[in-house]
Amino acid sequence: MSLIVIKPGILDTVQDAGRFGYQHLGINPGGAMDHFSAQTVNFLVGNSPREAVIEMHFPAAAFLFQQDAIIAVGGADFLPSIDGEHIPLWHPIIINKNSVLQFHGIKKGAQCYLAIKEGLDIPKWLGSFSTHTKAGLGGFHGRALQKNDVVPFKPHDCYAKYLSGRDFVVLPWQADIRWSPSMPEKICVLPGHEWNWIPETLQSEFINKPFTITFSSDRMGYCLSGVPVHSNIKAELISSAVSFGTVQLLPDGQLIVLMADHQTAGGYPRIAHVISAHLPLLAQVRPGEKIQFQITDIVAAEQQLIRQTNHLQQLQYACKLRLDEFLKV
Amino acid sequence: MPKPPEHTVFPLGDSALTIDYGNIMDETVNRKVLAIFRSLQERPLQGVIEAVPAYSSITLYYDITSVVKHHPGGKTAFEIMAGKMEQRLLEPIAEDNSVPVLLKIPVCYESEFGLDLEQLAAARNIRPEDVIRIHTSKTYTVYMLGFLPGFSYMGNVDDEIALPRRTHPRPRVEAGSVGIAGHQTGIYPLASPGGWQIIGRTPVKLFDSEKKELTLLKPGDRVQFYSINTDEFNSY
Repeated sequence: MSLIVIKPGILDTVQDAGRFGYQHLGINPGGAMDHFSAQTVNFLVGNSPREAVIEMHFPAAAFLFQQDAIIAVGGADFLPSIDGEHIPLWHPIIINKNSVLQFHGIKKGAQCYLAIKEGLDIPKWLGSFSTHTKAGLGGFHGRALQKNDVVPFKPHDCYAKYLSGRDFVVLPWQADIRWSPSMPEKICVLPGHEWNWIPETLQSEFINKPFTITFSSDRMGYCLSGVPVHSNIKAELISSAVSFGTVQLLPDGQLIVLMADHQTAGGYPRIAHVISAHLPLLAQVRPGEKIQFQITDIVAAEQQLIRQTNHLQQLQYACKLRLDEFLKV
Repeated sequence: MPKPPEHTVFPLGDSALTIDYGNIMDETVNRKVLAIFRSLQERPLQGVIEAVPAYSSITLYYDITSVVKHHPGGKTAFEIMAGKMEQRLLEPIAEDNSVPVLLKIPVCYESEFGLDLEQLAAARNIRPEDVIRIHTSKTYTVYMLGFLPGFSYMGNVDDEIALPRRTHPRPRVEAGSVGIAGHQTGIYPLASPGGWQIIGRTPVKLFDSEKKELTLLKPGDRVQFYSINTDEFNSY
């Protein structure tokens, strides 16, 4: 059972919830840029949150399914279609064998996720399916998907009886991705340990002026362009641990938000940290688009993450219930 | 009893905290950090995802939801974890007093590999062969791994050959490249963009996913470099 990459995308990699426990060896956690979307598509097809998904940037790959499967697409809206017919995001979809899933343009967002019921049939490296492209390990042969790759998925039941010869069937429930009653518009940050290294006037500009995500951004980090920021203090920092979401100030004034493939240690001033609950929002901002920061505190940051986690847990139960009921009929 | 080094605890974002013993490259402090790391490996604190030791600090990554669930009472996960960590630090934590492993690592300092050697020598007003002599005359301590899989941060490099990172990092530094950054020396285990002053290259593999021990070096090890020529490099 497998899918074939009939047209490669610009950067399509296998990811999961990340590879933890090896940062002390210099091996970064990696994993999905947008954990919320990656988990949600997994839940829609009845998978665990740690199952492998395919993360796509635009232009994304086109996939030919050799067998029928239950899939879900979510995250960025790249105008997906099956055999030329538009399909919605955030629904479980039964796709027939010999059908082609492809993507036609960017409507919104930066990272799109594809989950397949039961998951991909590939080996884990150090407990994770995530692709470590630098080491050439993990994921699908340690690299981005290429043309003619045959990506196996785990054996599952035959869904032909639900398809009755059609190319696909969209199951009639959709994941509710609004994890907060009022979805945030600004990216909340906590002050970093070196927040006071930048002058007060710059601190207020940092939170009042927009920044553009530049085109040199990637899975390692998002580079920001906007008000020039500099440090008052010229002291050198020796290396210590950094985190997904850490905003570093480089000596030339460049601000970088460390993203999923960030290195494990850094020696630059840590101006701020994007709160965990808002990392999925940031991950969906594309180069060229603007963001604005807002300062928050640790109490609010933790509460938002707990709310998001609870929402995901409810989604997991609800999706599983609906899918189990449907497949029993 | 010697007074333990002073520390501060601060949040690293909302899901991690750092215990910091001052911004220093110091063997005694690093040994303390490694002892705490071992203690956390042997007896992990509830809710901790992983601990990451550095030169003079150790960072704990934790699962907010799990920490708060196990400690109801309205405290933040940060307060709970910081409190538990302070408690752990009051306990006696055994330091590793065994004789450290000494590894001898061959380096070819010839110009095809030591891309910044001449420039570093010129900047420090010495000859390239002096840089090699000084770099190979000392035993370095591996303080931490980070940046890339198996990249070891070692020190302390003598003042005479210490030089800050390049102003413009290279888009690609080859695997095995040996570099200097300030008073640190290190080896790139994999090809990567990098800003260290490259003075040579080793044929030794620093990171091997096929081996049980993924990295050749680990914090606390000692390293001595010795010079080899291109032929020896190629036939290594």
